[in-house]
This record gives sequence, C-alpha cells and structure tokens, in this order.
Amino acid sequence: MAVVRKITVAVTLALGAMAAQAQVSDGVIKIGVMSDMSSLYSDIGGPGSVAAARMAVEDFGAAKKGMKVEIVSADHQNKPDVGSGIARQWYDTDKVDAIFDVPNSGVALAINQLTREKGKAFINSGAASSDLTGKACSPNTVHWTYDTWMLANGTGSAIVKTGGDSWFFLTADYAFGHALERDTEAVVQKNGGKVLGKVRVPINTQDFSSFLLQAQSSKAKIIGLANAGGDTINSIKQASEFGIVKGGQSLAGLLVFISDVHGLGLNTAQGLIFTETFYWDLNDQTRAFAKRMAAANNGKYPTMVQAGVYAGVLHYLKAVEAAKTDDGTKVVAKMKELPTDDPLFGKGRIRADGRKIHPAYLVEVKKPSESKGPYDYYKIRTQIPADQAFRPEKDGGCSLIK
Amino acid sequence: MTEIFGVPTQALFGQLLIGLINGSFYALLSLGLAVIFGLLNIINFTHGAQYMLGAFVAYLLLNKLGVGYWWALLIAPIVVGAFGVLIERLMLKQLYKLDHLYGLLLTFGLALIIQGLFRNEFGSSGQPYPIAAELTGGRNLGFMFLPIYRGWVILASLVVCIGTWFVIERTKLGSYLRAATENPELVQAFGINVPRMITLTYGFGVALAAFAGVMAAPIYQVSPQMGADLIIVVFAVVVIGGMGSILGSVITGFGLGIIEGLTKVFYPEASNTVIFIIMAIVLLIRPAGLFGTQK
Repeated sequence: MAVVRKITVAVTLALGAMAAQAQVSDGVIKIGVMSDMSSLYSDIGGPGSVAAARMAVEDFGAAKKGMKVEIVSADHQNKPDVGSGIARQWYDTDKVDAIFDVPNSGVALAINQLTREKGKAFINSGAASSDLTGKACSPNTVHWTYDTWMLANGTGSAIVKTGGDSWFFLTADYAFGHALERDTEAVVQKNGGKVLGKVRVPINTQDFSSFLLQAQSSKAKIIGLANAGGDTINSIKQASEFGIVKGGQSLAGLLVFISDVHGLGLNTAQGLIFTETFYWDLNDQTRAFAKRMAAANNGKYPTMVQAGVYAGVLHYLKAVEAAKTDDGTKVVAKMKELPTDDPLFGKGRIRADGRKIHPAYLVEVKKPSESKGPYDYYKIRTQIPADQAFRPEKDGGCSLIK
Repeated sequence: MTEIFGVPTQALFGQLLIGLINGSFYALLSLGLAVIFGLLNIINFTHGAQYMLGAFVAYLLLNKLGVGYWWALLIAPIVVGAFGVLIERLMLKQLYKLDHLYGLLLTFGLALIIQGLFRNEFGSSGQPYPIAAELTGGRNLGFMFLPIYRGWVILASLVVCIGTWFVIERTKLGSYLRAATENPELVQAFGINVPRMITLTYGFGVALAAFAGVMAAPIYQVSPQMGADLIIVVFAVVVIGGMGSILGSVITGFGLGIIEGLTKVFYPEASNTVIFIIMAIVLLIRPAGLFGTQK
C-alpha cells in the first residue's frame, strides 16, 4: 500500500508541477532567512537580517504586484549539521524557495551544496569564504556582500604598501578563518611581505591573551586577525590591554563590522583599518535605509551583511517577477542576467560564478574627537572600484567558468 | 635562549601566568557552584547567567548612574545575590524534595530566559567597560608584559577563595552550615533557622558569581552570552574537582587554567576541548572527582 501511495503522490506532484509551470509554486514565494540568531555573529546578521528582508519585500511592493511573499527565519547556531537540517526541512516540507544570509562559512558551504542538489536558490550575504564562488561555486548560489579575497585584497595590500611587511595570523579555526588567512597570505606575499607565524584559535574563544602573547613574541609588525564578530572584539580589546599596539605592533582586523566597532567603542577601535562594502553614511539613500533599520532593529544601525540581505531579496524578487517562476535554478540564472540596481550598493551585476560585483571601501575608524555620536565611526580612505574589488572570474577555479 | 619542546622558557612563563589568570575565574565561579551544590544539593545552571548579570549591573551602574568599578564590586554582588534569594524563595524551595534533575531543569530554563532577555535588549556584540583608573597600565616582568588589572584578578580571586574556604571549614557559622546539610532536622532542633540559612547560602553563591562577573567586565565584553560560554567549562571544573568540594574546586580551577594555557601554546586547536578530555579521564579513574568523597 505504502508503495502505491508513494507513486500516487509522486504522480500528483509531477502533474501539479506541469500545471504550475511558468508560475510560482503553490502561489507563495517563501523566503528563509537563516542566520546566527543567538551567538557571536547575531549582531552582524541575526534578527537584523530578518528585518532587512521584510523591508525589501515591502519596498519591492510585492503585495501591489499581486505576489505573495512569506518570510521564515531560523537559528543555525553556527553548526553545519543544524543548518543543513533546517534547510532540508525548509526545502522538503515547508516549501521554502530560497535561503538568505547564512553567516558562518562552514554552514554556508553545507547549504550551498544542499541547495544545488534540491535545485533551489541560495543568496548568501553573511559568509566570507571566497570558495563559495571558487571551487565550490554552484549555479544555484549568489554570493552578495563580500568575501575573503576582497577583504584580503582591500585591507592586506593597503597595509603591506604602507610598510606592514611581516605578519602573524590569529585565525579562527574553521572554513572561514582558513580561507581568510590563505587569501591574505597570498596578498601579503605578492606584495613582497612575509608571514612569520600563525595560530589557529577555536571559534567563540573568550580569552585571547595567550595567543596574543605568541603573536607578540613573533616580532611581526602586523598581527592579522582572521576572525569575526565577538572573536574580533575580544582580540582587539585584549590586545590593547596587553600593550601590543603600544609595543609597536599593529593590528589588522581583516573582517570588522560596524557592530564590532560599536561594541568596542572608539577609544579602543580608533585607527583600525579594514574593508567594507557598505557604510550607512554614504549617501541619502543609505542614510534613509539606516534610519528605518534602526527603528526596526532596536536602534542598531545596519551592517553590510544586513544591507546585503536587503539588496539580495530585492534583486531575487525582481528576478522571480521577470522569470515568472520561483524555480531556483532559473531564478538564479535570471538574477545573473539582469543588471542589479538597488539603493544600497548602487548599480552592479552578478557574474557567472555567482559573485555579486560592487565597489568596496577601505575605511579607518575615527578618533573619539572626530565622531559626532553613535555610529559616526568611519572615514572612507579609498574606494576600490567594482572591477578591482573582487577576485577575477578566471582565478577562482569555478567549474561554471569555461 | 633555552627551550622546552621548541617553546622558549620565557614565553612559557608568560603562558603559565595567563593560565593562572584564567584559572582565577574558573576558581571563583566553580567556588560558588561548589558552595551551592555542597550545601543545598542544587545544580545551579543559572550560575553563568548570574555571572553575566553581575557584569551588566556594573555596566548599568557606570552608564546610568555614574557609579564606578570599586562600588560596583560591592553593589553588583548584593543586587544579584538578592535576586538569587528571590529565586530560591519563590522557586527553588519548592523543589528540594524532588530529584536533582528538577532543580537543574529549572535553573537551566531560567538561564536561557535571562540570557534571551538581555540579548534582545543589548545584542550579542557586548558593551565596553573600562578598567578602573587605578588598575590601568601594566608592568614589564621581563618575560612578559603583565597588565596590572590581570594581576589584581589573581590577587582578588585568591583572597575571596581562601576567605570562603575559611568561613565554611573553619568557623562556627560554617560548622552550622555543614551540619545543616548533613542533618537539617537535628540542627533545626537546636534552634537554628535552617531554611533561612539555606536561602542566604544560595544568595552568597550567586553573589560570588556576580563578583566574578564584575571582575570579568573590563577584560571581556559585557555581553549576554559571556556566562553561557564559560559555564560549561566551569561545570567540568567542578566535576573534576569533586562535586561540592570547596577546596577541590579552587585548586582544580587554578590547575585547569594552567593546563588550558599550556595547551594554547602546544596545540591551540584543542584548547577548548582539553578540559573535557581531562574530565572524561578523571571520571573514568575517580568517579567522585579528584577531591570528592564517594557517598
């Protein structure tokens, strides 16, 4: 009996799929925002990413266009197995069409693979590993906001060129940290610098003093922090406590978000140099967005990851509208075909390997005396044009590029 | 320069000292847990949240009322301890007759609620808390640069740990407490108010957690999950030391801090698992813990 029932279900589904061809399955476009909702990265993405997705759906005017869009969200707890489990349930039983955000490269690589198997769409904003558009690239994935190659290229080369030619890495011990360390090391060496040592630190470490001491005794001019979120905050704070910067070494925060600067306070964070692709105080549109986000998210200004979720959802919905389907593979193809244009990242495009292209900004954290108040934190040092900010398509080893 | 396993001895001294500092926190926190378990038989999973509350009270005192570190060191434990007394009176008291598991579930649930509320309000990045002016700066010890504040942490923690041990093991008040755990009815018959003593003991254990929280605020970020990250390790410390053994938890706290510190030099990838490996080994060889007695 069970077999008969299974076959019946399969046939019904197949017929249903044919009938629904060239339209949205079950009449609803369902967006899943998966993020770290409770731990060290939850201020970077987290509930703010969900708020950003809501705003995008609103601004797209889905209701007016007669499109029904639903948003669900979940906490992956920074565990690839938990993330895959949720994604499987979303795709298989909850009829989710696309997954957004997913900070944490370990989880993102797992979802990347799963989305490809299921023929859905994965628009990543929060993860950093450049492998998502390199050797792990997929026709179902778009990597929106930033990646490790971009960070390394922006921050790493700027630092080496101003004399920081010997490095010691403090690396988060998982896919993200390894990718960031690898990409930065390549940039350092290409520019004539050398790497004196590295230490791999478990994610979510409270006390970095031991590792900082190792970095100190390496006598490297630059201590590269290949970590993120709470880990970056703790390492910067404790480095200042142990007099690392006073001792003549400099810190390079390879991935720093505005939420980290806010958490550190300008006294500790001043002078840090790093790369971002979004800052709320760029123009009138970004300022307006930041105000709305702050109102929707407990007064917190948006990070580039949350901005990326907003822009990603907006472009995804445009592609669904244009392709007249929510079939993941077709929508992602459409996303690559259509030029992107949104209030936060401006005009841009998505390459064949899934990499979204836009300018990046090398920023420096203001001194307390230069800041007018909370969130007035950055001086833009240079703008890196879109065509130079990201890894050239041919260098990534992506199988979609011939 | 002389080397041990490829690591210069100077660097090794530095790491030992840092291990000792981390050990101070383990000792302070596991001390509170041991007092509560030893005297009340409650596995207090709210301990991490109470540690976090201590840090937040200090943070709020500074930012809302302008009250600095030294006062916070006194006020935060009292405020959070009073909150602990409230929890004991209203909730834990109802569970003494039931299995340990119920107390564990209640305190664990409370911890999740408290942390969730704070995360909603303050986010996960944490808030900065400055080091008291008297304790800023550091001293060059030759083999490492020791921030004065970290030295203060070791000192304060040692004083509090020894003080607590002394009160419980060597004074009359302590003997009442210990007697009340052994045989509450008999002690009550001597005219001692046992329920009140138990309430105050819980309050004291919680105050110890809050004290550790204030000590930690300037070093780590004041963040809602600062306790959740630490509490698991601290439980391992208590289990290794022997549940309820006060001296055991103090010595194990410092010892494991040092072992963890050394792991960070020789095999950093394992630094957040080494304590659990030791726990597994200790449980296999001495199920009651290093300093525990089998009941």
